[in-house]
Amino acid sequence: MSHDHDHEHEPPAPQALRTEAIESLLLEKGLIKPTAVDEVIALYNERVGPMNGAKIVAKAWQDPEFKARLLADGTKAIEEFDLDGGQVEKLVVLENTPEQHNVVVCTLCSCYPWAVLGLPPKWYKDPAYRSRIVREPRTLLAEMGTDLPESVSIRVWDSSAEVRYMVLPMPPAEFAEQVASMAEADLTALISRDAMIGVELL
Amino acid sequence: MDGIHDLGGKHGFGSVQREQDEPVFHAPWEAKMFAIMRSSGPAGAWYCVDRFRHLVERIDPVSYLSDSYYGRWLGGVETGLIEAGILHQAEIQQRYLDLGGEPFARVAARPVDCPDPMGDVPAAKGSQRPVAAPLFKKGDAVMTSTEVKPGHTRLPAYARGKVGHVVVCHAGWVFPDTNAHGKGEQPQNLYTVEFTGQALWGKDSETMSLCLDLFESYLSVAFPAALEPHPEKQRRHRYEP
Repeated sequence: MSHDHDHEHEPPAPQALRTEAIESLLLEKGLIKPTAVDEVIALYNERVGPMNGAKIVAKAWQDPEFKARLLADGTKAIEEFDLDGGQVEKLVVLENTPEQHNVVVCTLCSCYPWAVLGLPPKWYKDPAYRSRIVREPRTLLAEMGTDLPESVSIRVWDSSAEVRYMVLPMPPAEFAEQVASMAEADLTALISRDAMIGVELL
Repeated sequence: MDGIHDLGGKHGFGSVQREQDEPVFHAPWEAKMFAIMRSSGPAGAWYCVDRFRHLVERIDPVSYLSDSYYGRWLGGVETGLIEAGILHQAEIQQRYLDLGGEPFARVAARPVDCPDPMGDVPAAKGSQRPVAAPLFKKGDAVMTSTEVKPGHTRLPAYARGKVGHVVVCHAGWVFPDTNAHGKGEQPQNLYTVEFTGQALWGKDSETMSLCLDLFESYLSVAFPAALEPHPEKQRRHRYEP
């Protein structure tokens, strides 16, 4: 982890103390379980995360019949993965192709398909991404390292209701011929969270 | 509401800062806030995700921009707990001071004295509900509402009064604009509507399109003339900035 731990010695942020104040009051009233925090950490650090989305993408790359089902009805197609974590009452999977690039945002809050991608990264929830990707996606994607030629259409998906979106990225060009015969673990290692949001090419 | 949360298209926020190997939670309090949010609904602070989202939209706008994601949740949860009568703001403030909190730090929560009535916890799972047949079909040109209401809505400001095309109808879903305010689920058909960059941002837009999921009552029929500027009725006054 590159996280800077030096600031652990600084005074805690007001939000940290206020959160602790509310937690202690709710504990005294019996309105939150003493184990609730540990449950959240276990769920979202261990079981729910982009590794689940990566398994779905890997299967779609290897199995054309599954890919067709996934694109036709994402919600139904991912049932077999028995995912936890929520926020996928309806999942729509968007296929990136050499002609069409899809990218996902939530400008009004931070809607995100938790069950397949985990909790969203900080940048996805920050104002810079939410304000700019809907207005200047080509410029912002280029700034983020995804420089798309004008021949590629860009479609932005602003998650304004309960439908959740995940991008099915293209396999890296150098592996395109091999994906059918590769082991799942080798494939999932190639698949990034940011590619499944649509801000990265593999 | 025309709130600070409605960020789509706003200028001036600069570059996107991506963190390498980002942890799920950056500090222990963020995981605590996540657990509190999950527990505050069942405790009675909110009864549906629409209410929770609106609690967050109503926090102090400076806090909204400065306190990060879980700080926004803190403001929303605190507002909800106080408005529901579960905690008093004075006892939260006292406990915060007892823990060594800075007395004059900005407080994100903005509870009101007469909050909206609580709605019922939904009897049915999820947000999909049976509704009448859709008014629009794939390919229809639709125009979004220009109305600005003070409460919760899922029509972003940048897409008000714009013309797009229906991509798909997702059938009936709970209507957030009423459900957030304790006025019932009032489900409606939901559509994915695609807009061109030019329809949203004008003639100098990047080549792009954008899809939004919009409720039927946000939409009306758009006549084809609304899609293209009339060649003989272009604006008379043009200037080069």
